[in-house]
Amino acid sequence: MIRRPRNFGLIAGAIITASFIAIAVIARFWTPYDPVILSIVDKLQAPGEHHWFGTDQLGRDVLSMIMAGAQTSVGVALLSVAIGSFVGVPAGLLAAAHRGAIDELVMRGNDLIFAFPALLLAILITAVFGPGAVNAIIAIGIFNIPVFARVTRAGALQLWARDYVLAARVAGKGPLRISCEHILPNLIGSLVIQGTIQFSLGVIAEAGLSYVGLSAQPPTISWGRMLNEAQTLTALAPYLALFPGLAVLIFVLGLNLLGDGLRQSLARKQ
Amino acid sequence: MSAANLLEIESLNVAVGAAPVIKNVSLKIGAGEILGLVGASGSGKSMTALAIMRLLPAAAAATGTVRLRGEPLNGMSDGRMQSIRGRDIGMVFQEPMTALNPLMRIGDQVAETLRVHRSASKVEARSLARATLDLVGLSGEQGDLGRLPYELSGGQRQRAAIAMAVIMAPPLLIADEPTTALDVITQAQVLLLLKGLVRTRNMGLLLISHDLAVIAQLADRVAVMQAGQIVEQGTTLQVLRDPVHPYTASLLAAAKLPSRRGAAAKGAAVLQACGIVHEYPRKRRSLWHAAPPLRAVDGVSLTVHAGEAVGLVGESGSGKSSLLRVLLALERCSSGQVRLLGDEFSSANRASLSRLRRAIQAVFQDPYGSFDPRWPVERLIAEPFFLLDTPPDAEERRRRVGAMLEQVGLSAGDARRYPHEFSGGERQRIAIARALITEPKVIALDEAVSALDVLLRDQILTLLAELKDRLKVAYLFVSHDLHVIRALADRVYVMHRGRIVEEGPTEELFAAPRHDYTRALIAATPEIA
Repeated sequence: MIRRPRNFGLIAGAIITASFIAIAVIARFWTPYDPVILSIVDKLQAPGEHHWFGTDQLGRDVLSMIMAGAQTSVGVALLSVAIGSFVGVPAGLLAAAHRGAIDELVMRGNDLIFAFPALLLAILITAVFGPGAVNAIIAIGIFNIPVFARVTRAGALQLWARDYVLAARVAGKGPLRISCEHILPNLIGSLVIQGTIQFSLGVIAEAGLSYVGLSAQPPTISWGRMLNEAQTLTALAPYLALFPGLAVLIFVLGLNLLGDGLRQSLARKQ
Repeated sequence: MSAANLLEIESLNVAVGAAPVIKNVSLKIGAGEILGLVGASGSGKSMTALAIMRLLPAAAAATGTVRLRGEPLNGMSDGRMQSIRGRDIGMVFQEPMTALNPLMRIGDQVAETLRVHRSASKVEARSLARATLDLVGLSGEQGDLGRLPYELSGGQRQRAAIAMAVIMAPPLLIADEPTTALDVITQAQVLLLLKGLVRTRNMGLLLISHDLAVIAQLADRVAVMQAGQIVEQGTTLQVLRDPVHPYTASLLAAAKLPSRRGAAAKGAAVLQACGIVHEYPRKRRSLWHAAPPLRAVDGVSLTVHAGEAVGLVGESGSGKSSLLRVLLALERCSSGQVRLLGDEFSSANRASLSRLRRAIQAVFQDPYGSFDPRWPVERLIAEPFFLLDTPPDAEERRRRVGAMLEQVGLSAGDARRYPHEFSGGERQRIAIARALITEPKVIALDEAVSALDVLLRDQILTLLAELKDRLKVAYLFVSHDLHVIRALADRVYVMHRGRIVEEGPTEELFAAPRHDYTRALIAATPEIA
């Protein structure tokens, strides 16, 4: 019997995540069929030799649509994580370095964002600024800010109590330099882990928003809208809902396995 | 020694993987007897204790026999062994904060040991917990059953941990470095408590410590452990009077801490503090009532002269660390003034601050927390070059770091290694190198040897004495350990509750302490006769 390696989850998660990102990149240049060209003659074909995942009610190839949808999904989630970390991490570092009034200001600002249900604010933003991928990115990104700010601040506060930070202060270094040289590099591990988890939440959020029609608009393809469109045809063509659903499930599972595995291997290292 | 042996260990061997960590250890403890197990860190003392309790980490394998009252423990089922732990063998650990569950009230925590082993009503468990806490000296308000661990001081926590260990009145108690995390006065109280418990309850006690002076206070017999082997065993008097093994002799010499004071060369004042008051704001009592601030440092004045070693002694919470932060200009004092090389330091502007900081550097207590784990040694030691207007270029930097490493007894090649590759003693050498790299006039050493075992402590103190003579640097040596201060300092300040209560040349102060607190400190310091 082959023994399951200790970091099985990490490896599985990494492979799944890498595959989906690779699919998203490939879809940029090539898909088996053009996912936006309608071909009514080929409509509602069951999965088979020519169309592995079948075709939808407008004759589009589902596999190609899934690939194109991966592009939207990865793009939106990745950019929203980027927004969250680029704003949240410096905010957390700032709060931990200065404490006092600045800390209060940053953390109460975070609480303010946290106080709104995520989806509600996303709906508000898209309702005001109009639906679209960019607004979805901004809406999801805003919710990532307090998460990154809190994780950063909590970790940074512990590091600020270390003697090596004291030694750096004795060496005349200021809060900005210490944050960049000593605090941030020692937090990268936990931030990467948080990043993968927020990535997976971003994928779910994007699917949710596009399901209610508030994310990417046609002709851009997204898993959430595929699910929405498949809804009325579930009895006739169940595979139409199955494949985008599975795509969301497996991608999110992979990201969570990756985040969990990373956390464990980081804990072992320490 | 009592006739019936309570605990008998016969040819115990423990190996982690292929590496043996305990080799052929045989020990005996009688009822009412205290056996001191002494050795440097990593010699296998704690492993021996864990092997007795059968709590070794999964990777370790043990052979040999351990008998409690004639009954072998190794063959016992896990269930039986579980009922032995706590009921027949109690254990006290070094760090009282982590040994207690932070979310559990001490009454419940002490009663837990009881309720695990026999059914007892809540009322009975509480009353026995109360009685046990009284026994360990936590009576009245201090030992309120409803208190949580964080509300207790270090010494009170250790008392609570001892109460947990003895509530079942076990015939054998194992105490692993029970006082290493405590200050001297508390240490003396806890040792006295342990001794009293052994005598009144006729318990056997296995006392583990790296400090021969602590063992000497308490133990009837001593076993000396080196690299997993017992190298010497005998009555305390015998081992202390004429040690047979050279390792015991070196431990003894290190524990006695010979004076390393040179001729007290008194130069000009380099560091002067005048009327320092440092207050911390406390949580408001209510919306309308602000709490008075906590006065950690209360009007302290002190002077360090060029080339002088000044000791600052006081127990934990006496305000030493707060004072040090003010002296290093890491925190601004509420009032008072710090002058460095005659210039105003405490409220200097940024430009003159970095110029002045070159003249004062620091070494901190924890050799493991003092270095950014991601930086190589060269970068760590060179960090204070940041204070220079023109930091040396890469080549010059490497040369100076290499030279400094050799000064502190390491090799220039160590510059490329990372801190985790070094032992505690070596790390403290690196910390000293970092403090010396800008050629400061004063180094503040905050409990710089407190985390080291006696042999390493001895080496670092020798190094410090050498460096002082060679580089003419002054020390402000902060410690709770009078012993260490006495070995190094020319002059001593005694700090108590934020104030300096006594000051004077070391020998005079030790010979004729004037203040009550100084007398109490000297009396509490364990000493080898």
